[in-house]
Amino acid sequence: MAIEVRIPTILRTHTGGAKTVEGTGDTLDDLFRDIDSRHPGLRGRLVTEDGGLHRFVNVYVNDEDVRFTGSLETKLADGDSVTILPAVAGGALGFAAAAAIGHHRAADAAVPADSPGTTTR
Amino acid sequence: MTRYNSLLDACGDTPLVGLPRLSPAPNVRLWAKLEDRNPTGSVKDRPALFMIRTAEAEGRLRPGDTILEPTSGNTGIALAMVAKLRGYRLVCVMPENTSVERRQLLQMYGAEIISSPAAGGSNQAVAVAKQLAEEHPDWVMLFQYGNQANADAHYQTTGPELLRDLPGLTHFVGGLGTTGTLMGTGRYLREKAPDVEVIAAEPRYGELVYGLRNLDEGYVPELYDASVLTRRFSVGTRDALLRTRQLVEVEGLFAGPSTGAVLHAALAVGHEVRKAGGDADIAFIVADAGWKYLSTGAYAGTLAEAEERLDGQLWA
Repeated sequence: MAIEVRIPTILRTHTGGAKTVEGTGDTLDDLFRDIDSRHPGLRGRLVTEDGGLHRFVNVYVNDEDVRFTGSLETKLADGDSVTILPAVAGGALGFAAAAAIGHHRAADAAVPADSPGTTTR
Repeated sequence: MTRYNSLLDACGDTPLVGLPRLSPAPNVRLWAKLEDRNPTGSVKDRPALFMIRTAEAEGRLRPGDTILEPTSGNTGIALAMVAKLRGYRLVCVMPENTSVERRQLLQMYGAEIISSPAAGGSNQAVAVAKQLAEEHPDWVMLFQYGNQANADAHYQTTGPELLRDLPGLTHFVGGLGTTGTLMGTGRYLREKAPDVEVIAAEPRYGELVYGLRNLDEGYVPELYDASVLTRRFSVGTRDALLRTRQLVEVEGLFAGPSTGAVLHAALAVGHEVRKAGGDADIAFIVADAGWKYLSTGAYAGTLAEAEERLDGQLWA
Protein backbone atom coordinates (compact mmCIF):
# COMPACT_ATOMS: atom_id res chain seq x y z
CA MET A 1 0.00 0.00 0.00
CA ALA A 2 1.15 3.51 -0.71
CA ILE A 3 1.01 6.54 1.52
CA GLU A 4 1.92 9.94 0.18
CA VAL A 5 4.16 12.06 2.37
CA ARG A 6 4.51 15.80 1.81
CA ILE A 7 8.00 17.06 2.63
CA PRO A 8 8.63 20.67 3.72
CA THR A 9 11.24 22.73 1.86
CA ILE A 10 13.64 22.53 4.75
CA LEU A 11 13.84 18.71 4.59
CA ARG A 12 14.06 18.28 0.82
CA THR A 13 17.82 17.97 1.04
CA HIS A 14 17.02 14.36 1.99
CA THR A 15 14.65 13.72 -0.90
CA GLY A 16 16.68 15.16 -3.74
CA GLY A 17 14.37 18.14 -3.80
CA ALA A 18 11.16 16.10 -4.12
CA LYS A 19 8.07 17.71 -2.59
CA THR A 20 6.37 14.38 -1.99
CA VAL A 21 7.61 10.85 -1.49
CA GLU A 22 5.74 7.58 -1.10
CA GLY A 23 6.13 4.94 1.53
CA THR A 24 4.40 2.09 3.33
CA GLY A 25 3.72 1.15 6.93
CA ASP A 26 1.01 0.18 9.37
CA THR A 27 2.02 2.97 11.72
CA LEU A 28 3.71 6.33 11.34
CA ASP A 29 6.85 4.86 12.90
CA ASP A 30 6.90 2.08 10.26
CA LEU A 31 6.37 4.65 7.53
CA PHE A 32 9.26 6.86 8.68
CA ARG A 33 11.59 3.83 8.83
CA ASP A 34 10.49 2.78 5.35
CA ILE A 35 11.09 6.23 3.89
CA ASP A 36 14.42 6.53 5.66
CA SER A 37 15.64 3.40 3.84
CA ARG A 38 15.41 5.34 0.57
CA HIS A 39 16.06 8.83 1.93
CA PRO A 40 18.73 8.33 4.61
CA GLY A 41 18.79 10.85 7.41
CA LEU A 42 15.21 11.98 7.05
CA ARG A 43 13.94 10.03 10.05
CA GLY A 44 16.69 11.50 12.21
CA ARG A 45 15.36 14.98 11.47
CA LEU A 46 11.84 14.02 12.59
CA VAL A 47 12.36 11.66 15.51
CA THR A 48 14.56 12.37 18.53
CA GLU A 49 17.03 9.92 20.04
CA ASP A 50 14.55 8.95 22.74
CA GLY A 51 11.96 8.06 20.14
CA GLY A 52 9.62 11.06 20.26
CA LEU A 53 8.73 13.58 17.60
CA HIS A 54 11.10 16.53 17.29
CA ARG A 55 9.66 19.47 19.23
CA PHE A 56 9.49 21.78 16.20
CA VAL A 57 8.11 19.20 13.78
CA ASN A 58 4.39 18.77 13.26
CA VAL A 59 3.07 15.70 11.45
CA TYR A 60 -0.48 15.40 10.18
CA VAL A 61 -2.30 12.33 8.89
CA ASN A 62 -5.18 13.47 6.68
CA ASP A 63 -4.77 16.97 8.15
CA GLU A 64 -5.00 15.80 11.79
CA ASP A 65 -2.05 16.37 14.16
CA VAL A 66 -0.64 12.96 15.15
CA ARG A 67 0.28 14.16 18.64
CA PHE A 68 -3.42 13.76 19.45
CA THR A 69 -3.90 10.41 17.68
CA GLY A 70 -1.11 8.28 19.14
CA SER A 71 1.97 10.12 17.86
CA LEU A 72 4.38 7.68 16.12
CA GLU A 73 2.00 4.80 16.88
CA THR A 74 -0.76 6.42 14.81
CA LYS A 75 -2.30 3.78 12.55
CA LEU A 76 -2.11 4.31 8.81
CA ALA A 77 -4.21 3.00 5.95
CA ASP A 78 -3.73 2.83 2.21
CA GLY A 79 -4.41 6.19 0.60
CA ASP A 80 -3.70 8.22 3.73
CA SER A 81 -1.92 11.51 3.22
CA VAL A 82 0.87 12.52 5.59
CA THR A 83 2.07 16.13 5.84
CA ILE A 84 5.23 17.19 7.66
CA LEU A 85 5.62 20.86 8.62
CA PRO A 86 7.96 22.86 10.82
CA ALA A 87 6.18 24.42 13.81
CA VAL A 88 5.32 28.05 13.19
CA ALA A 89 2.60 30.02 14.91
CA GLY A 90 0.14 32.74 14.12
CA GLY A 91 1.49 33.66 10.74
CA ALA A 92 5.04 34.46 9.83
CA LEU A 93 5.15 37.84 11.53
CA GLY A 94 3.93 36.56 14.84
CA PHE A 95 6.10 33.49 14.64
CA ALA A 96 9.23 35.31 13.65
CA ALA A 97 8.58 38.01 16.20
CA ALA A 98 8.16 35.56 18.99
CA ALA A 99 11.17 33.53 17.98
CA ALA A 100 13.35 36.60 17.75
CA ILE A 101 12.13 37.97 21.05
CA GLY A 102 12.68 34.55 22.59
CA HIS A 103 16.25 34.53 21.28
CA HIS A 104 16.66 38.10 22.39
CA ARG A 105 15.60 37.20 25.91
CA ALA A 106 17.96 34.28 25.98
CA ALA A 107 20.60 36.12 24.00
CA ASP A 108 23.50 34.68 25.94
CA ALA A 109 22.27 31.14 25.33
CA ALA A 110 21.42 31.71 21.70
CA VAL A 111 22.82 29.27 19.18
CA PRO A 112 23.67 30.68 15.74
CA ALA A 113 21.23 29.55 13.06
CA ASP A 114 24.06 28.13 10.97
CA SER A 115 25.74 26.23 13.77
CA PRO A 116 27.21 22.80 13.02
CA GLY A 117 24.82 19.90 13.07
CA THR A 118 22.02 21.73 11.34
CA THR A 119 21.29 21.60 7.67
CA THR A 120 20.71 24.73 5.68
CA ARG A 121 18.94 24.98 2.38
CA MET B 1 -27.71 44.44 28.92
CA THR B 2 -26.93 46.31 25.75
CA ARG B 3 -26.08 49.74 27.18
CA TYR B 4 -22.43 50.48 27.97
CA ASN B 5 -20.61 53.42 29.50
CA SER B 6 -17.78 53.32 26.98
CA LEU B 7 -16.54 51.39 23.97
CA LEU B 8 -14.12 49.41 26.15
CA ASP B 9 -17.06 48.21 28.25
CA ALA B 10 -18.69 46.90 25.07
CA CYS B 11 -15.89 44.38 24.55
CA GLY B 12 -17.01 40.76 24.64
CA ASP B 13 -20.44 39.26 25.35
CA THR B 14 -20.77 38.48 21.64
CA PRO B 15 -23.73 36.65 20.07
CA LEU B 16 -23.74 32.88 19.59
CA VAL B 17 -25.63 32.18 16.38
CA GLY B 18 -27.01 28.85 15.16
CA LEU B 19 -26.22 27.71 11.62
CA PRO B 20 -29.17 25.43 10.79
CA ARG B 21 -28.37 25.12 7.07
CA LEU B 22 -24.70 24.19 7.50
CA SER B 23 -25.26 21.88 10.46
CA PRO B 24 -24.65 18.21 9.57
CA ALA B 25 -27.99 17.07 11.09
CA PRO B 26 -30.85 18.43 13.25
CA ASN B 27 -29.18 16.81 16.27
CA VAL B 28 -25.62 17.76 15.24
CA ARG B 29 -25.68 21.54 15.42
CA LEU B 30 -23.15 24.23 14.60
CA TRP B 31 -23.00 27.51 16.52
CA ALA B 32 -20.93 30.53 15.49
CA LYS B 33 -19.54 32.90 18.13
CA LEU B 34 -19.43 36.26 16.39
CA GLU B 35 -16.21 37.86 17.62
CA ASP B 36 -16.35 40.36 14.76
CA ARG B 37 -18.96 42.12 16.93
CA ASN B 38 -16.21 43.44 19.20
CA PRO B 39 -15.25 47.16 19.17
CA THR B 40 -12.54 46.91 16.49
CA GLY B 41 -14.11 43.97 14.74
CA SER B 42 -12.08 41.02 15.94
CA VAL B 43 -11.57 38.55 18.78
CA LYS B 44 -8.28 40.34 19.55
CA ASP B 45 -10.07 43.11 21.43
CA ARG B 46 -10.39 40.73 24.38
CA PRO B 47 -6.67 39.97 24.82
CA ALA B 48 -5.63 43.55 23.93
CA LEU B 49 -7.82 44.95 26.70
CA PHE B 50 -6.73 42.31 29.21
CA MET B 51 -3.02 42.62 28.41
CA ILE B 52 -3.13 46.40 28.85
CA ARG B 53 -5.24 46.25 32.04
CA THR B 54 -2.94 43.61 33.53
CA ALA B 55 0.19 45.63 32.69
CA GLU B 56 -1.47 48.64 34.33
CA ALA B 57 -2.36 46.67 37.45
CA GLU B 58 1.21 45.34 37.69
CA GLY B 59 2.60 48.85 37.33
CA ARG B 60 4.36 48.05 34.05
CA LEU B 61 2.30 50.62 32.13
CA ARG B 62 1.75 54.20 33.22
CA PRO B 63 -0.20 56.96 31.47
CA GLY B 64 1.78 58.36 28.56
CA ASP B 65 3.92 55.23 28.15
CA THR B 66 4.76 53.79 24.75
CA ILE B 67 3.71 50.29 23.72
CA LEU B 68 5.79 48.56 21.04
CA GLU B 69 4.56 45.50 19.15
CA PRO B 70 5.70 43.99 15.85
CA THR B 71 2.26 43.30 14.40
CA SER B 72 0.32 44.05 11.29
CA GLY B 73 -2.84 42.17 12.20
CA ASN B 74 -5.90 42.28 14.41
CA THR B 75 -3.91 42.54 17.63
CA GLY B 76 -2.26 45.73 16.41
CA ILE B 77 -5.62 47.26 15.53
CA ALA B 78 -7.14 46.24 18.87
CA LEU B 79 -4.12 47.55 20.82
CA ALA B 80 -4.30 50.82 18.89
CA MET B 81 -7.90 51.42 19.94
CA VAL B 82 -7.32 50.51 23.61
CA ALA B 83 -4.09 52.55 23.69
CA LYS B 84 -5.94 55.56 22.29
CA LEU B 85 -8.66 55.40 24.94
CA ARG B 86 -6.27 54.63 27.84
CA GLY B 87 -3.72 57.28 26.90
CA TYR B 88 -0.78 55.32 25.52
CA ARG B 89 1.33 55.72 22.45
CA LEU B 90 1.48 52.64 20.22
CA VAL B 91 4.33 51.91 17.84
CA CYS B 92 3.75 49.06 15.40
CA VAL B 93 6.58 47.65 13.33
CA MET B 94 5.38 46.17 10.06
CA PRO B 95 6.88 45.22 6.69
CA GLU B 96 6.45 47.98 4.09
CA ASN B 97 4.57 45.60 1.76
CA THR B 98 1.67 45.14 4.18
CA SER B 99 -1.78 45.98 2.81
CA VAL B 100 -2.96 49.58 2.60
CA GLU B 101 -6.13 48.84 4.61
CA ARG B 102 -4.18 47.65 7.64
CA ARG B 103 -1.92 50.66 7.53
CA GLN B 104 -4.89 53.05 7.26
CA LEU B 105 -6.75 51.36 10.10
CA LEU B 106 -3.76 51.58 12.42
CA GLN B 107 -3.12 55.23 11.50
CA MET B 108 -6.78 56.07 11.96
CA TYR B 109 -6.58 54.83 15.56
CA GLY B 110 -3.48 56.96 16.08
CA ALA B 111 -0.82 54.27 16.03
CA GLU B 112 2.61 55.08 14.66
CA ILE B 113 3.96 52.75 12.06
CA ILE B 114 7.61 52.04 11.56
CA SER B 115 8.23 50.26 8.30
CA SER B 116 10.76 47.55 7.88
CA PRO B 117 12.16 46.58 4.46
CA ALA B 118 9.92 44.37 2.34
CA ALA B 119 12.91 42.31 1.27
CA GLY B 120 13.53 40.88 4.70
CA GLY B 121 9.84 40.19 5.33
CA SER B 122 8.78 39.51 8.88
CA ASN B 123 12.23 38.77 10.15
CA GLN B 124 13.21 42.33 9.28
CA ALA B 125 10.17 43.71 11.15
CA VAL B 126 11.28 41.78 14.18
CA ALA B 127 14.87 42.91 13.81
CA VAL B 128 13.69 46.52 13.68
CA ALA B 129 11.43 46.01 16.71
CA LYS B 130 14.31 44.43 18.64
CA GLN B 131 16.56 47.32 17.78
CA LEU B 132 13.90 49.80 18.87
CA ALA B 133 13.41 47.93 22.14
CA GLU B 134 17.13 48.19 22.82
CA GLU B 135 17.22 51.89 21.99
CA HIS B 136 14.12 52.55 24.14
CA PRO B 137 14.26 50.37 27.25
CA ASP B 138 11.27 52.25 28.68
CA TRP B 139 8.96 51.09 25.89
CA VAL B 140 6.66 48.22 26.80
CA MET B 141 6.34 45.11 24.63
CA LEU B 142 3.21 43.16 25.58
CA PHE B 143 4.24 40.08 23.57
CA GLN B 144 0.93 38.32 23.00
CA TYR B 145 2.50 34.88 22.37
CA GLY B 146 3.80 34.63 25.89
CA ASN B 147 1.48 36.97 27.78
CA GLN B 148 -0.72 35.03 30.20
CA ALA B 149 -3.29 37.84 30.15
CA ASN B 150 -4.02 36.87 26.53
CA ALA B 151 -5.30 33.44 27.61
CA ASP B 152 -6.83 34.84 30.81
CA ALA B 153 -9.06 37.11 28.72
CA HIS B 154 -10.70 34.03 27.26
CA TYR B 155 -10.70 32.09 30.51
CA GLN B 156 -12.59 34.94 32.16
CA THR B 157 -14.92 35.97 29.33
CA THR B 158 -15.18 33.75 26.21
CA GLY B 159 -15.40 30.47 28.14
CA PRO B 160 -18.11 31.57 30.60
CA GLU B 161 -20.13 33.20 27.79
CA LEU B 162 -20.12 29.96 25.78
CA LEU B 163 -21.27 27.76 28.63
CA ARG B 164 -23.89 30.32 29.71
CA ASP B 165 -25.36 30.49 26.19
CA LEU B 166 -24.97 26.80 25.34
CA PRO B 167 -24.99 24.65 28.49
CA GLY B 168 -25.12 21.47 26.36
CA LEU B 169 -21.93 22.36 24.47
CA THR B 170 -20.07 19.20 23.35
CA HIS B 171 -17.30 20.61 21.12
CA PHE B 172 -15.42 23.91 20.99
CA VAL B 173 -13.39 24.76 17.87
CA GLY B 174 -11.06 27.72 17.57
CA GLY B 175 -8.18 28.95 15.44
CA LEU B 176 -4.62 28.36 16.64
CA GLY B 177 -2.25 31.32 16.39
CA THR B 178 -0.99 32.77 19.64
CA THR B 179 -3.03 29.88 21.12
CA GLY B 180 -4.59 32.33 23.62
CA THR B 181 -8.22 31.74 22.55
CA LEU B 182 -7.96 27.95 22.76
CA MET B 183 -5.84 27.86 25.93
CA GLY B 184 -8.05 30.25 27.90
CA THR B 185 -11.45 29.09 26.67
CA GLY B 186 -10.30 25.46 26.66
CA ARG B 187 -9.07 25.55 30.27
CA TYR B 188 -12.34 27.06 31.44
CA LEU B 189 -14.40 24.46 29.61
CA ARG B 190 -12.21 21.57 30.84
CA GLU B 191 -12.79 22.72 34.41
CA LYS B 192 -16.52 23.34 34.17
CA ALA B 193 -17.55 20.79 31.55
CA PRO B 194 -14.77 18.15 31.38
CA ASP B 195 -16.36 16.17 28.55
CA VAL B 196 -16.29 19.06 26.09
CA GLU B 197 -13.83 18.45 23.27
CA VAL B 198 -11.45 21.35 22.60
CA ILE B 199 -10.36 21.34 18.97
CA ALA B 200 -7.73 23.49 17.25
CA ALA B 201 -7.72 24.50 13.60
CA GLU B 202 -4.43 25.95 12.41
CA PRO B 203 -3.98 27.61 9.04
CA ARG B 204 -1.63 25.86 6.63
CA TYR B 205 -0.06 28.51 4.40
CA GLY B 206 1.96 28.40 1.23
CA GLU B 207 5.50 27.09 1.42
CA LEU B 208 7.02 30.53 1.71
CA VAL B 209 5.78 30.92 5.27
CA TYR B 210 7.56 27.75 6.38
CA GLY B 211 10.86 28.82 4.87
CA LEU B 212 12.98 28.38 7.96
CA ARG B 213 16.72 27.98 7.63
CA ASN B 214 16.67 25.06 10.03
CA LEU B 215 14.19 23.25 12.24
CA ASP B 216 15.55 24.78 15.41
CA GLU B 217 14.19 28.12 14.23
CA GLY B 218 10.73 26.64 14.74
CA TYR B 219 8.53 28.16 17.37
CA VAL B 220 5.80 27.03 19.73
CA PRO B 221 4.17 29.91 21.64
CA GLU B 222 4.96 30.01 25.34
CA LEU B 223 1.21 29.99 26.03
CA TYR B 224 0.67 26.65 24.29
CA ASP B 225 -0.20 23.64 26.46
CA ALA B 226 -1.15 20.61 24.35
CA SER B 227 -2.97 18.98 27.27
CA VAL B 228 -5.79 21.55 26.93
CA LEU B 229 -6.61 20.28 23.41
CA THR B 230 -8.23 17.02 22.39
CA ARG B 231 -7.59 17.30 18.64
CA ARG B 232 -5.73 19.57 16.25
CA PHE B 233 -6.27 20.02 12.51
CA SER B 234 -4.17 21.69 9.85
CA VAL B 235 -6.37 23.38 7.22
CA GLY B 236 -5.05 24.40 3.82
CA THR B 237 -5.86 27.58 1.94
CA ARG B 238 -8.29 25.92 -0.46
CA ASP B 239 -10.41 24.30 2.26
CA ALA B 240 -10.41 27.51 4.30
CA LEU B 241 -11.54 29.58 1.30
CA LEU B 242 -14.18 27.02 0.32
CA ARG B 243 -15.72 27.13 3.80
CA THR B 244 -15.47 30.92 4.03
CA ARG B 245 -17.51 31.19 0.84
CA GLN B 246 -19.92 28.48 1.93
CA LEU B 247 -20.54 30.37 5.16
CA VAL B 248 -21.64 33.52 3.33
CA GLU B 249 -23.55 31.65 0.60
CA VAL B 250 -25.46 29.26 2.82
CA GLU B 251 -25.82 31.16 6.09
CA GLY B 252 -25.23 34.78 5.06
CA LEU B 253 -22.29 35.10 7.43
CA PHE B 254 -19.42 37.20 6.01
CA ALA B 255 -16.27 36.10 7.82
CA GLY B 256 -12.53 36.28 7.27
CA PRO B 257 -10.59 33.32 5.84
CA SER B 258 -9.36 32.07 9.21
CA THR B 259 -12.99 31.38 10.14
CA GLY B 260 -13.24 29.15 7.07
CA ALA B 261 -10.40 27.04 8.46
CA VAL B 262 -12.16 26.77 11.82
CA LEU B 263 -15.47 25.87 10.16
CA HIS B 264 -13.71 23.19 8.12
CA ALA B 265 -12.53 21.47 11.31
CA ALA B 266 -15.94 21.94 12.97
CA LEU B 267 -17.67 20.29 10.01
CA ALA B 268 -15.18 17.41 9.95
CA VAL B 269 -15.93 16.71 13.59
CA GLY B 270 -19.67 17.21 13.09
CA HIS B 271 -19.85 14.72 10.24
CA GLU B 272 -17.91 12.16 12.29
CA VAL B 273 -20.45 12.48 15.10
CA ARG B 274 -23.35 12.19 12.64
CA LYS B 275 -21.89 9.02 11.05
CA ALA B 276 -21.40 7.53 14.52
CA GLY B 277 -25.06 8.27 15.30
CA GLY B 278 -24.36 10.76 18.08
CA ASP B 279 -25.64 14.20 19.07
CA ALA B 280 -23.53 17.34 19.23
CA ASP B 281 -23.60 21.07 19.87
CA ILE B 282 -20.43 22.43 18.26
CA ALA B 283 -19.47 26.05 18.92
CA PHE B 284 -16.74 27.72 16.88
CA ILE B 285 -15.06 31.12 16.84
CA VAL B 286 -15.62 33.65 14.06
CA ALA B 287 -12.41 35.63 14.65
CA ASP B 288 -13.27 38.52 12.33
CA ALA B 289 -15.37 39.57 9.34
CA GLY B 290 -14.23 39.58 5.74
CA TRP B 291 -13.84 43.31 5.13
CA LYS B 292 -10.10 43.50 5.69
CA TYR B 293 -9.52 40.66 3.23
CA LEU B 294 -11.51 41.90 0.24
CA SER B 295 -8.36 43.22 -1.42
CA THR B 296 -6.66 39.83 -1.10
CA GLY B 297 -9.08 38.43 -3.67
CA ALA B 298 -10.36 35.75 -1.29
CA TYR B 299 -13.97 36.33 -2.31
CA ALA B 300 -13.66 36.94 -6.06
CA GLY B 301 -13.43 34.61 -9.04
CA THR B 302 -13.09 30.86 -8.86
CA LEU B 303 -11.77 29.06 -5.82
CA ALA B 304 -8.60 28.11 -7.70
CA GLU B 305 -7.95 31.75 -8.62
CA ALA B 306 -8.49 32.88 -5.05
CA GLU B 307 -6.24 30.12 -3.77
CA GLU B 308 -3.47 31.22 -6.10
CA ARG B 309 -3.83 34.84 -5.02
CA LEU B 310 -3.60 33.90 -1.35
CA ASP B 311 -0.59 31.63 -1.78
CA GLY B 312 2.24 33.11 0.22
CA GLN B 313 -0.05 35.60 1.98
CA LEU B 314 -0.91 35.40 5.63
CA TRP B 315 -4.66 34.98 5.51
CA ALA B 316 -5.23 34.32 9.19
